[in-house]
Order: sequence, then structure tokens, then C-alpha cells
Amino acid sequence: MRPLRLAFAIFVGILTIVVAAPAWACGGLVNSNGSVTLVRTTTMAAYHQGVEHYVTSFEFAGGKGEFGSIIPLPGVPTKVIRGGDWTLQRLVQETQPQPEAFALAATGAAAAEDAKVILKTEIDALDIVVLEGGGTAVGRWASEHGFFLPPDAPEVLDFYADRSPIFMAVRFDATRAAEQGLADGDGTPVHVVIPTTNPWVPLRILGLGAAADAPVEAGVYLLTDVRPATLPSPLSPGAASALPEGVRPGLVLEASQPASPSLLADLRSDKGMSWLPSSNMWLSYLRVDARAGDLDYDLAVDASGAGRPAPVAAGLDPEGSAPAAGASWFVPALWASLALVVLLGVAGALERRRVGRPAI
Amino acid sequence: MVRRVLALSVVAVAAAACSRATAAPAVRTVPIRIHYSAFSLSHLDVVPGQTVRFVVTNTDPIAHEFIVGDEAVQVAHELGTEAYHPPRPGEITIRAGETVATTYTFGDQNLLFGCHLPGHYAYGMRGTISVS
Repeated sequence: MRPLRLAFAIFVGILTIVVAAPAWACGGLVNSNGSVTLVRTTTMAAYHQGVEHYVTSFEFAGGKGEFGSIIPLPGVPTKVIRGGDWTLQRLVQETQPQPEAFALAATGAAAAEDAKVILKTEIDALDIVVLEGGGTAVGRWASEHGFFLPPDAPEVLDFYADRSPIFMAVRFDATRAAEQGLADGDGTPVHVVIPTTNPWVPLRILGLGAAADAPVEAGVYLLTDVRPATLPSPLSPGAASALPEGVRPGLVLEASQPASPSLLADLRSDKGMSWLPSSNMWLSYLRVDARAGDLDYDLAVDASGAGRPAPVAAGLDPEGSAPAAGASWFVPALWASLALVVLLGVAGALERRRVGRPAI
Repeated sequence: MVRRVLALSVVAVAAAACSRATAAPAVRTVPIRIHYSAFSLSHLDVVPGQTVRFVVTNTDPIAHEFIVGDEAVQVAHELGTEAYHPPRPGEITIRAGETVATTYTFGDQNLLFGCHLPGHYAYGMRGTISVS
């Protein structure tokens, strides 16, 4: 590592520990052995030329109980490795400049239908299992393996399984966490590589287990070759601010601009991020601000330039008013030729009243 | 003569017993399905003294409860920490994919039913039973 980048990494690491960061979104859904431990996770995903790079930072939330998350994935991953150390933080800096003193503030880093385990691995204190199966099968697997599912989990699992029967279950091993000296709030980034022609960003999962009127706040970063089209269509910041007080806008497009060379260079210097092009990328930042009860969709992204994000990819009715899903979604050659890169960072806060239920 | 009278008496008593058995109120079976953490019925009408056999099928991948009782019973279960408990009349746990039955004889008091696993009652897993 070149000295400058090493210094940058150390700087980020130090500030990660010292500075209170804006809360990151909770990225998963299920939790511990029947307990109600509060768990927060940081989630990010990326796409490039038909391959999704999904990066999630799981935050350790206690030394005794086991807890974890299940993340819906759009396809079968080819590998699951330890993620980079500053990608999420660097994206936040790019679109949400902090006061100088906080310039690098960021987070630490058996049933009739059984779920099929298609990948198992360990990353630091995390036990990771990638599952294939319907919502019921995956839910039963999770229940039988000590995950506690909130009451809305059966419906939400089916919501995702209808599109992609692939889920990633992640859980901290309390013994290894203790051996490794993990403290509350320490994050472990995980990088999942998923070949797919149909990228989408899971949003509904963020509200799992939350009361219907609980706010869900998150940030979604897209880095594409061309300006992308998304579904649902986001509001402009001006339109969002004009809403009556107390009305949450859902999705707001806070930034849409060419990705700066310094951003791309910093991201490419992070562990496992060298696949990212070094120039000619478009950066979008969408802010999620919705009632959990209203967040019944995901984010479909069309970065082909055709401007036709698929309603199905957003979890919406294909017969709805949204733009029709074009066949181009499923033409790999088109994706390859467009050299798609989508970088997603989920950041923000999922504020939940969690008494008597799990929070992820 | 005495033997004949005795035999007739036995026959009469037996006939009366059979008659009473036939006239006793039948157990009513009420099937309930749980799907997406929701009971398939939200209200039930019964008559005083009626015995109901609830047959509860859980189609969800998570466990649920079916608890019949007054408000005090519901509160006790809501505050309880027992994840699974032995079946009692009107109180059962239904694991994922299972069907479990419980029989309950009603008095003259209106009751409630619900599931008290964490968050389930607040999520809407509850209903009312009117006795009239």
C-alpha cells in the first residue's frame, strides 16, 4: 500500500473509533435466539458489468448473545470475502460533507421444502451461510438455526423469494467475537460477489420488524456508466422539502453528478475494489425517508440508458403504472456492453421502537 | 318375578343413559389457519357451556401461539418469558408448519384469543370470542 493510502486508511480507522457517526441503516432482518437484542448492520452493494458486488458491514452489538441478519440477494454468489475498510465511509463523504472537525466521521466500519445451503464461510467472528429456497423454507431454516424472526418476516421473505430465492444469513459467533476482542459497535465488512443481470437494491427489508409508523432512513449510492433510471422515481430535494410537515417523501434524489476522480481512486484503493473503473462514472445518491409501513418496495435500477427500470425488480406489480419492464433487463450482452457499475451504499438510521422485538 | 323386574330396571337405566349421551352437546370443531402472522378469523360466537375444539394450522415458517382467555390471561402471556409451554386447554404453541388442536369449554364470559410471541399481538394476532 502506498504511504498516502495507508495514511488515509489509518485516518479513517481512527475516526471510526473516535467520532460518533451518523447512524447507519440496519441492513438485515432477523435476530437472536428468541431474545430482543438490538442489532445494527451497515449494508452496501455494487454492480459492474453484470456482477454485483455487495458489501455489508455487520456491527457487533454485544458480547453474550448471538445475533445476526438475513439479507436477500438477487443471485447466487460466487464468493463471499472480507470487505474493504472505507468504501462506505468514502461515499458518505462525497455526498454529505461534514464540518471539518468531523470530515471523516463514519461508522465502524426440515420441512417438505428445505432451504439448500449453497455456501458457508467464516469472516472474522461472522458465520455466513448462503441459502437457496422459498420464503417458507428459508424462514424455517432460520428458525431452526436460532434466528428469531419478527412477525412480518413470513410475508417479507416471500416478497423477496418470489424474485430471487437466494438469502445470506449472517451471525456473530459470540466466542470468536470475544477471542478477537470485538467491542460493541465494531463493524465487520463482508463483500459478496454475485453475477446477475437483474440488479436491485433491497429497501423493504430495512423496515422489517418495525412498527408501521416507525421512520426508516437510509442512503443509497449508485455509481453507473450513465445516468441511471430508478423505480420508484425519487423526488427532487425541493419537492421533498415542500411536503407538509410530518409527511415522509419516500425516496429523494439528493445528488446526481459525475463521479469525481478522487472518489473513484479512493474506492479502487480499498480492499477488493480494484474492479471499479477509474473514470467516466456517474454518481447518484438517493435518500430513503419513509414510514416502515409505506416501504413496501425495493429500488429497481436501469443503468443501461434505456430509462426502463423493471417494476418486478422493485417488487411492484408489473401491470402497475410504472414503466414496463423491458426485455433488455434480461439480455446479458446488453449489460456487458454497457459496462454497468452500480455502487450502492446504504447508510442512515433505522429508528425503531424495539421493545419486545428484534432490530436489525 | 323379582328377577324380571330387576332385568327391566337395568334395561331402563341403560336406555336412559344412552338417551342422555345422545342429547349431550356435541363438541364443535373450529379450524383456524395462520398465514403471514394473521389468524384466519378475528371473531367467534359461542354459546355458554359450549365445548370447542380449535384445530390451528400454522403455515408460517415461524412459531405462533393460540391462547384463549380473558384479558388477565392475555396480559400474563404477553408479559411472560416462556417461549414454549406445555399445552393446556385453550393454550397451545404451534411450531412452523404444524397443526395443533386444543379443546376449551366456555363459561358465560366473553374472552379473547391471541399470540404472545414477541411482537405478534401488537402485529394483529388477536381476536374476540363472544359468549351468548
